[in-house]
Amino acid sequence: MDCTGEKEAEANAPSVVDRYYTRWYRADMKGKPCEDHCILQHSNRICVVTLAHTHPILQDGRTIKSINYQISNGCSRLKNKVSGKSKRGGQFLTDYAPLCRITCTDETEYTIYSCIRGRLLEVNESILETPSLLLEKPSTEGYIAVILPKFEESKSITENLLSRDQFDSLVSKRTLPQTQPS
Amino acid sequence: MLSLKDKDKPIIQKLLSAGCCSRCVLRFCCVSVQAAYRRPHQHTLQALKAFISDTDNSKPKETVASGCEQENNKSHDVAGPELPEDPPVKRAKLEPGAAVGPSEEEAAAGGGMKDEESRVCVVCLGILQDLCGTAQAAKIAEAVKTEKYEFDTLVLSVSLPAQLCVREHSCWLHVKGELRQKSIAVDKDDVIQVKEAFKWIMQGLVSKELGGVGVVTRSPFEVGVEFTHPETDADCHFLASTCPDCFKPTKNKQSVFTRMAVVKALEKISEPKFLQRYPCPPAQPTSSCIPQDIQCLHVSVFVAGRYNKFCRSLPQTPWLIDGERRMESSVEELIAAPILSAFRADGFNFSSSGREDVDVRTLGNGRPFAMELLNPHRSRLSKVEMKQLQEAINASSEKIRVRDLQIVTRDAMSRMKEGEEEKTKSYTALIWTQKPIQREDITFIDDIKDLTLDQKTPLRVLHRRALAVRQRVIHSMTTRYLDSHHFHLGLKTQAGTYIKEFVHGDFGRTKPNLCDLLKTDTDILELDVESVDVDWPPSIPE
Repeated sequence: MDCTGEKEAEANAPSVVDRYYTRWYRADMKGKPCEDHCILQHSNRICVVTLAHTHPILQDGRTIKSINYQISNGCSRLKNKVSGKSKRGGQFLTDYAPLCRITCTDETEYTIYSCIRGRLLEVNESILETPSLLLEKPSTEGYIAVILPKFEESKSITENLLSRDQFDSLVSKRTLPQTQPS
Repeated sequence: MLSLKDKDKPIIQKLLSAGCCSRCVLRFCCVSVQAAYRRPHQHTLQALKAFISDTDNSKPKETVASGCEQENNKSHDVAGPELPEDPPVKRAKLEPGAAVGPSEEEAAAGGGMKDEESRVCVVCLGILQDLCGTAQAAKIAEAVKTEKYEFDTLVLSVSLPAQLCVREHSCWLHVKGELRQKSIAVDKDDVIQVKEAFKWIMQGLVSKELGGVGVVTRSPFEVGVEFTHPETDADCHFLASTCPDCFKPTKNKQSVFTRMAVVKALEKISEPKFLQRYPCPPAQPTSSCIPQDIQCLHVSVFVAGRYNKFCRSLPQTPWLIDGERRMESSVEELIAAPILSAFRADGFNFSSSGREDVDVRTLGNGRPFAMELLNPHRSRLSKVEMKQLQEAINASSEKIRVRDLQIVTRDAMSRMKEGEEEKTKSYTALIWTQKPIQREDITFIDDIKDLTLDQKTPLRVLHRRALAVRQRVIHSMTTRYLDSHHFHLGLKTQAGTYIKEFVHGDFGRTKPNLCDLLKTDTDILELDVESVDVDWPPSIPE
């Protein structure tokens, strides 16, 4: 009865992210070495901002002390509200809009940026309660935010980003000098 | 004529010299006897002329009137019993374009009235003259027959150029004084509308041409007649400057001068302003209206049933990304094709009680669906024919199957959507677990009852649905162990529960999820809908 092969239930089968999302990267955000962001773009144009596996927060056994979505006195990403199908009222973000600041227990602080233009739909509040999600599942449950690009920009927003292949080759070229703290 | 009295004489005189046709004269005299309009307009003109020229008017009036009054009850009988000639039949043989003026014979018979007769009416622009007769009726009947519609009755609809309202208004102002003398209470609304008179004349003729089919005021089958008159389109333009509010451009309109807008503007404009900007009475046109193609439209027929989908590479509706097709077919197209040809419909709208993803099968009794069939040329199929249609659908593809196929009412369709949120649905999912599992590791799931989930709108559909946290209940689950990484999970859930997201967690946006319950990453490899528990449409015994 079935049209396709019945079982592709292998352990190495593509994950949910592999199946439905395209990975895009922004390397060395704002010139800061290795502060790589990964954008997961769904085929319906929705984007999920995550930390790339190479991000310093995920290196050297760091642990997270705090995550702050209050990016300035007047603006908290936690206050973002969208309503209706058209997602009215969401904060509009540009490439370099900060989403949150993450402080590690070693007192290093990192700012996570939007990387793409679009309307902020939600930020991940689960990582406030359970910061370890960010370390354990950075590309799924430890996501940072969900952004909806403008319909007409859904193709062009990724033009400035690196594809997975481009990013992998960039990472492999990162040589010893960069792994030493400056 | 009929209710024509001495007081009508100045009105008739004024209208005739303004260039009104005889039927428009009757309209402005508020004559509401239908038969009066069905007489050949040349005859009416003669009668009117005789009436106004006769100082001792009582006798001619009576003769003209009595004939018509007898006729009044036999609405389909057009030719008056007292008429010696039969001009409409002659007319029928003429081409509509050539029928602008009466033939020489008729003109001669009219005795020196050639000018008045051949002139196109300043108000109706010829619609109540030669565009209103057997030839036009034959053309309408021909259009209906060509499309081979199946129908018992039809309703005639008329679309007139908007400038007719302007001309009507001008003419009304022209004789308003005289009309008010006739009766103090007479108002613009009392004037018989062109549309009305046109229908009184044409309904019987069309009926006759179609072998006695009822031409009525309400029918599921509408035959639309449209007239345009490019020569006088500019008549309306001055209104745009007097009432700019009424003429705002919108996307779908070809012109801002719609009938509605013009009527509204005419209600607003003051009398002196109108008279200043527009001739009163209206100017003489050189040509009469152009009849457009006849438009036939049958009201939608609704068909409902249940469908199975046996294929994991078949979308429910055509799947387009950036205007390009992703899969070659779809459930709705497979179902619709035979139905469209059976009902000879122009198009369809498909709706269903929920929908499944392209890679999900729908088994069991299937998913309720309904279709609106647009402009069906055939609207009645017997139970046996519906059964045959169902069989034809089922024979056409292995990928889907249809049951309980039936004709339903528009209202009944809403029952399907009502049931959508309240009813339960059953699924079977093939689950993968990251950590190896033992048989006993999953049995606890069978004991979970009425588990309430908080589901944020899945990212998968967030582009088209509002962001919200929705509470959905999983009533019960059953497990069937397959191997150390796989098991089958049966679920009975409240409709509207997103199963895939319950299994993989959707970035932790569905809580709790199967990953939480099993304390390992889980993924869904296959999903089948086992039942959609909506008791509509009624089942039809095989």
